[in-house]
Amino acid sequence: MRIGVITFPGSLDDRDAQRAVRISGATPVALWHGDHDLQGVDAVILPGGFAYGDYLRAGAIASYAPIMAEVIDAANKGVPVLGICNGFQMLAEARLVPGAHTRNAHQQFIRRDQRLRVENATTDWTNAFETNDEIIIPMKNADGRFVADSETLARIEGQGQVVFRYLDVNPNGSLNDIAGVSNERGNVVALMPHPEHATEPGFGPDTPEAMSSGIDGLKFFESALRVLATV
Amino acid sequence: MPTIVVEVMPKAELLDPQGKAVAGALARLGKTRFTSVRIGKRFEVTVDGAVDDALLDEVRALAEEMFSNSVIEDVVSVEVIGSVNH
Repeated sequence: MRIGVITFPGSLDDRDAQRAVRISGATPVALWHGDHDLQGVDAVILPGGFAYGDYLRAGAIASYAPIMAEVIDAANKGVPVLGICNGFQMLAEARLVPGAHTRNAHQQFIRRDQRLRVENATTDWTNAFETNDEIIIPMKNADGRFVADSETLARIEGQGQVVFRYLDVNPNGSLNDIAGVSNERGNVVALMPHPEHATEPGFGPDTPEAMSSGIDGLKFFESALRVLATV
Repeated sequence: MPTIVVEVMPKAELLDPQGKAVAGALARLGKTRFTSVRIGKRFEVTVDGAVDDALLDEVRALAEEMFSNSVIEDVVSVEVIGSVNH
């Protein structure tokens, strides 16, 4: 299985995402924002960072990058697409997932090991979880406050498109404590926390068991591999 | 050269953390007459040649689709300035 990770000018976590793909047992493929080519990959990851300096709005200019035409086309055909942090902002700006982001309600950049609840364990990136699983995934962002109008919120809550919810504290003022969402089909999933940073013992978030031991992020990638194995 | 000015504001019902921070600073300065501040964006798009209705429509469409995100912002004005030689 080949999973592409797109590097934009200003991407920070593309290497980490490639590493997570490798640890999960797939082959990472480095993709470039300026190409009109997904190199035939089986799934695509839009990594975290500050693409194009987050000018205009976080993820806005990146959503017009050349390769996004191919990403949108692939997403509409059912290819699994995961947006992490800045990647979430890009997918929202590209209208592949609902909602948008504003500055964190408290105006500060946050970095914490965040507990999340898996609300929907049927998407292409969450099927290795059970619904209501509680997981710990690191997060770090400035523009992480998820917003949508009340009609959209009601719709995505009703259709199971809220995939992850923050537990314990709402770190950025996101409406309904929403940490991640999906498209209607469930092949495009996007979240603010960083699963790629929770895939290797010793380098993950702290857990009640041991420091840096969290590997809950692995199941994101394993979920996509399960989907691809059945295609 | 003519310039088309587009102004975008965060939606009124949404929290505007930047505006709120400025309003807080005004309050600390004792400026009690100011009850709130909201911060938006102004785009100045310089045009090669004269502005006609078609071009203005194109900028209106860009304002809605690219310069603003309708989930969180509203386009409040699109207007031409400096259309006379300068």
